[in-house]
Amino acid sequence: MKAIHYDAIILGAGAAGLSAAIYLSRAKLKTLIINEGSIGGQMVLTHAIANYPGVLETSGRDISLIMKKQAKEFGADIESNVEITKLVLSDKEKLVEIDDDETFTADAVILATGGKPRKLGIPSESKFKGFGISYCATCDGDFYAGKDIVVVGGGNSALEEAVSLTKLVKSITIVHQFDNFQAHEYAIEQAKKNDKISFIMESEITEIIGKEDVTGIKVQNQKTNKEQIIKTDGVFIYIGYIPNTDKFKDVIKVNNRNEILTDENMKTNIDGVYAAGDVREKKFRQITTAVSDGTIAALNAIEYIQTTKK
Amino acid sequence: MLQTNLKHIQSEDEFNQIIENNENVMICCGRMGPMCIPVYDAMESLEDKYENVKFYDLDFDTPHAHIIRNHELAKRFMGLPFTFYYKNGQAVKATTSIQTKKQIKTILDEYLI
Repeated sequence: MKAIHYDAIILGAGAAGLSAAIYLSRAKLKTLIINEGSIGGQMVLTHAIANYPGVLETSGRDISLIMKKQAKEFGADIESNVEITKLVLSDKEKLVEIDDDETFTADAVILATGGKPRKLGIPSESKFKGFGISYCATCDGDFYAGKDIVVVGGGNSALEEAVSLTKLVKSITIVHQFDNFQAHEYAIEQAKKNDKISFIMESEITEIIGKEDVTGIKVQNQKTNKEQIIKTDGVFIYIGYIPNTDKFKDVIKVNNRNEILTDENMKTNIDGVYAAGDVREKKFRQITTAVSDGTIAALNAIEYIQTTKK
Repeated sequence: MLQTNLKHIQSEDEFNQIIENNENVMICCGRMGPMCIPVYDAMESLEDKYENVKFYDLDFDTPHAHIIRNHELAKRFMGLPFTFYYKNGQAVKATTSIQTKKQIKTILDEYLI
């Protein structure tokens, strides 16, 4: 089957990818978004957004749908929930194949593939997903009403979700690998003053215990190596995100955390390939910073495409 | 009502008619949350490819969702969404929590051919 050519292909449909698509398609460039997951990416994980300038309050889902509508109305095409089965970035003409079936080429590519929740990486984790292991308090909190649970992590998500879960559960033990929290002061203060929450610091979970359902966890202190068993009915995991760079990290320069290295123009080490959003190395990961990245990447891609076509 | 592009099941009678009158049915019972939305999206994208399967959603917080909530196959489920696969009126497979499109396709190919 013959490849369909676009001026630009964007991989990913989170805040960065959709913003890039809005700018590219509004500049009358033939633009395609290819997305392996759901439209909105990690934005849809956020129920209430109150700090997006110009919008009093919205949800991640709603803002995603509006961004998608904007991109489509300006003319961008979207292939969502597909699998990227081949990717060639090093050539002048970039190539993306999806579902072993359709092939697209482009003059420029923007990598906006975002991140995915980091997992504990212990064998029993996937076995107990949905049977005592959860990654979403607002989704699954009801099932743990009156029960003793563990929350893993020390960032904003872990502490805020733990405080929110105290409305439902009997007790919460927060297990964190460091001796201090990475969350904002307000979140730390709210967690510390809550009587239902206790803390096990400098420790990691080494085993999830249970036959069919979770009944406990084995925790090891990082300093003393001493292990203890904590009885629990469920474990909520919030230990950050890892970048989705598996499909191109062999050709695109990444740091030791596999985040893409770019310059201030979002340009990667390959001509015509840009990166935007949580997939790149940066300090702050917000919807606003992803939108900014996507905009900068798109404007530079537009310049690149127009220059190379001359 | 769930804000998806899937067909919604809005009563127990409707549910019964759907599984009685269709050989293959997939129902995702959830909320508009981050674990459920990717499953609805995957289902929407599969509707054209699996013309032999009827795809529906069901709001977890409606009274008639008890059909799924209290189903024997869901008694140990602790994560939304609860996704059920029916063949000839019988639930042949059910999953809890988020599933990828690939995982869903594997189940459809195995159970609802």
